[in-house]
Amino acid sequence: MNVQTPPEKLTAKDYASDQEVRWCPGCGDYAIVRAMQKTLADLQSPPEKTVFVSGIGCAARFPYYMATYGFHTIHGRAASLATGVKLANPDLDVWVISGDGDSLSIGGNHLMHVLRRNVNLQYILFNNEIYGLTKGQYSPTSRLGTRSPSTPLGSVDAPVNPASFALGCGAKFVARSIDSSQKHLPEVFARAHTHQGASFVEVFQNCIVYNDGVYSSFTDKGAAEDNQLIVEHGKPLVFGKERDKGIRLKPGAMELEVVTVGKNGITVGDVLVHDETNKLAATLLVEMARPAFPVAIGVLYCNPSETYDGAVRNQVELAQSKGGKPDLNALMRSGPTWTVD
Amino acid sequence: MVSTAAIAMEEPVREEVEDVVIRFAGDSGDGIQITGGQFTQTTALAGNDLATFPDFPAEIRAPAGTTFGVSAFQIHFGSRDIKTAGDAPDVLVALNPAALKVNLGDLRDGGLIVADTGAFTDRNLKKAGFDENPLDNDSLDNYRVVAIDVSKNTLEAVKDEGLSQKEALRCKNMWTLGLVYWLYDRDRKPTFDWLTGKFKSRPEIANANIAAVNAGHAFGETMEVSDGGVAYTVSAAEIDPGLYRTVTGIEALSWGLIAGSQSTQLDLFFAGYPITPASAVLHTLSRLKEFGVITFQAEDEIAAVCSAIGASYAGNLGVTASSGPGIALKTEAIGLAISVELPLVVINVQRAGPSTGMPTKTEQSDLHQAVYGRNADSPLAVIAAKSPADCFEVAIEAARIATKYMTPVMLLADGYLANASEPWRIPDATAIDASPVSFHTDPDDFHPFLRDETTLSRAWAVPGTPGLEHRIGGIEKSYSTGNISYGPENHQKMTDTRHAKIDGIAKDIPDQTVELGSQGGKMALVGWGSTFGPINRAVQILRADGHDVSHIHIRHIWPLPANLESLLGGYEQILVPEMNTGQLLTVLRSEYLLPAEGVNKVSGQPFKVAEIVDAVRSRLEK
Repeated sequence: MNVQTPPEKLTAKDYASDQEVRWCPGCGDYAIVRAMQKTLADLQSPPEKTVFVSGIGCAARFPYYMATYGFHTIHGRAASLATGVKLANPDLDVWVISGDGDSLSIGGNHLMHVLRRNVNLQYILFNNEIYGLTKGQYSPTSRLGTRSPSTPLGSVDAPVNPASFALGCGAKFVARSIDSSQKHLPEVFARAHTHQGASFVEVFQNCIVYNDGVYSSFTDKGAAEDNQLIVEHGKPLVFGKERDKGIRLKPGAMELEVVTVGKNGITVGDVLVHDETNKLAATLLVEMARPAFPVAIGVLYCNPSETYDGAVRNQVELAQSKGGKPDLNALMRSGPTWTVD
Repeated sequence: MVSTAAIAMEEPVREEVEDVVIRFAGDSGDGIQITGGQFTQTTALAGNDLATFPDFPAEIRAPAGTTFGVSAFQIHFGSRDIKTAGDAPDVLVALNPAALKVNLGDLRDGGLIVADTGAFTDRNLKKAGFDENPLDNDSLDNYRVVAIDVSKNTLEAVKDEGLSQKEALRCKNMWTLGLVYWLYDRDRKPTFDWLTGKFKSRPEIANANIAAVNAGHAFGETMEVSDGGVAYTVSAAEIDPGLYRTVTGIEALSWGLIAGSQSTQLDLFFAGYPITPASAVLHTLSRLKEFGVITFQAEDEIAAVCSAIGASYAGNLGVTASSGPGIALKTEAIGLAISVELPLVVINVQRAGPSTGMPTKTEQSDLHQAVYGRNADSPLAVIAAKSPADCFEVAIEAARIATKYMTPVMLLADGYLANASEPWRIPDATAIDASPVSFHTDPDDFHPFLRDETTLSRAWAVPGTPGLEHRIGGIEKSYSTGNISYGPENHQKMTDTRHAKIDGIAKDIPDQTVELGSQGGKMALVGWGSTFGPINRAVQILRADGHDVSHIHIRHIWPLPANLESLLGGYEQILVPEMNTGQLLTVLRSEYLLPAEGVNKVSGQPFKVAEIVDAVRSRLEK
């Protein structure tokens, strides 16, 4: 009699490839790859059905460190490659790994279209607000005045807000997390994975060499609680060490404000409750900027609709169910023909 | 000039002619392409060999009556083998003054002009740039002219069908078709059947068009041309027995891709971005979903090629198509496919350039782009189609090479081939040689750059295969492990291997043959792509005149056939006619150090046979 051995449970280590990691010591990317390996173990994702597709940049080295299928492609085009992979084989679980330059400069067009099409994949944007691999030029997410080799007097062009861009493109899932948040990050990755459609996750990632501390005002231990708003669906938007600060709609205006519960007659009932299906609320939350506001973290928007790859497959299946067995000979003989004896 | 008094005539004595060239021309809204298509169908059914050349403006709705809004359709048919759309029309149907203005220069001396006097108004004459009506002066004395108010005659013919004036006038093209049918003794029934089918839900429109065809035909029966007969007959050509249809390059290309996916046993993934004249492949394949074809209209050319590479990575036959400017945009991604060694078919329906150039006009000036046009040492395979029907075979061959050698293949067609049509003996799809792909599934000692010893092709292991999880990318890879490698010796070895792999394809393609003529001799005309027809006909004519001239047509542009060098060495002179400034010429000279010469034309129009004949004569008879 054969004894069925239960399939071995995969651990985070099983998702790590044998390749030596080549990021700078202390780079936030180490934490993200660790969180991803934990996520896949939590999900028990079959490694053979998991594909990481990346473009160019520091983040784009990511697939080499995962013991899954991986494709390190060309600058800005990972979303397009990944769209082809998913359309060709919808059974594959596709993750796109990209950075702020790769996604929002050279690849901005493809990011827009993969989101609006709602291709069923996870798009993880590592935002460090700098070009690391090319040695520190300012990026499309760099703040005004960023001094870099190409902007020695400070950058003069306004940055793009990735989450806001994603919402504008029609993304149905928009979330944020932080490289060092090793509990929160796998949870967000898992939510992105569960969501059917294009799931956009912006990860605030520290570049220790060229932009160290760019997020420290809300990621440092002492500052985090007062400067992060971790949103959860159905829960009030409260934050702060004392959990006494909240977000509400400013009376008489289409804008948010920070209030303190227990002051000026404000109660928890006055604070907005997070509804992740509400796009208008998400639009306001992603625009909250320090120092006036905390930075919104978590699943900011999730409102699933039909996936592109699903709809494409449906059309093919419909054509096949209607047309019977496809016959190239019959196709070539359709329309007027004649016989020469 | 035609006598306006209609005189009842007996069935005329028809003059037998070997071949005829007719050009229909009018406003882009006049239904010229439909008229040409119907004449083509009818002529194919009559058993003639034929070739067509649709020539339409880039403007979608150019202002009526302007010279840049003229649309034309040329057909060459005959009782002999027809290889080109013909040099000079014997008949020009001009539905307005602009059509006459643009096309008159091509008409042969003594040719017949059918002009719609109803459209030769002062306004239209002025728009076309005529100071006075050419139908009223002696400017057309070199030609025979049938000037007739087609508009008025059409309205009269369809008046019982209850159409609006606008709808009724749309039948004008069918009236002229009826007249030309009479001139060349064509059967009207296939057109009637087509009209009845097309306007099933509006029988009054079908009936009006049929009435217009009949009225035009009846006019022919009763007209008199002052200086002799105009009624002809063209006997059926000697054609190999079999079942035939007419086919355009776009159709043959699209069906060939499906055949290629079937012969390799892969699903077909096609991605494109709208561009003239390649978009029609996307349109055609989008309607063939029952074959399991996935079509993807991408956001740009780059996304199109990248998604095709992604699909190939996932185990499909990834294909993209564009024209020169779009291919330029795809170039970096093609380099990726070369580096990661994935199959990819890239179709370039060439058009006149540089830059936007002349999108609806043909050229074959992207050969260097195909063979050399990438950064770094990045070889790939290049093949070219010679005729509309040949696109079918070439597409299958592209799929075979791409998958067998894990390489991008550039398939060169051009705007002329894409839109032109010819009779095609329909192949049996079940008899196409199978070249099935087998994916690598064995995890023992696997790495993604394991190579086949003969082809040097790497193992194709697709995501979804347990135990073969691996990473690939555009960074140089170790020959022995597939992992990233910056090793100097390794890069030399990988570069050499990529070259050797593509060079090795030369052993897997047919030896170069002589299309027409002898192995060795005084002169070889060496061509590629859509110049096949005019070169071949020119060589026929020259040989009939006793010249020792042969025709060599190259399908495999890269790598070149293994025996080509020795074959070309057997001729005293090599002449390379091309619709560019000498691109194959440069390749042949650099590869073989041959003193070859070019015959070059970049006017946006295909070669005329006479141009090639003259070029050869000027060299042989000096």
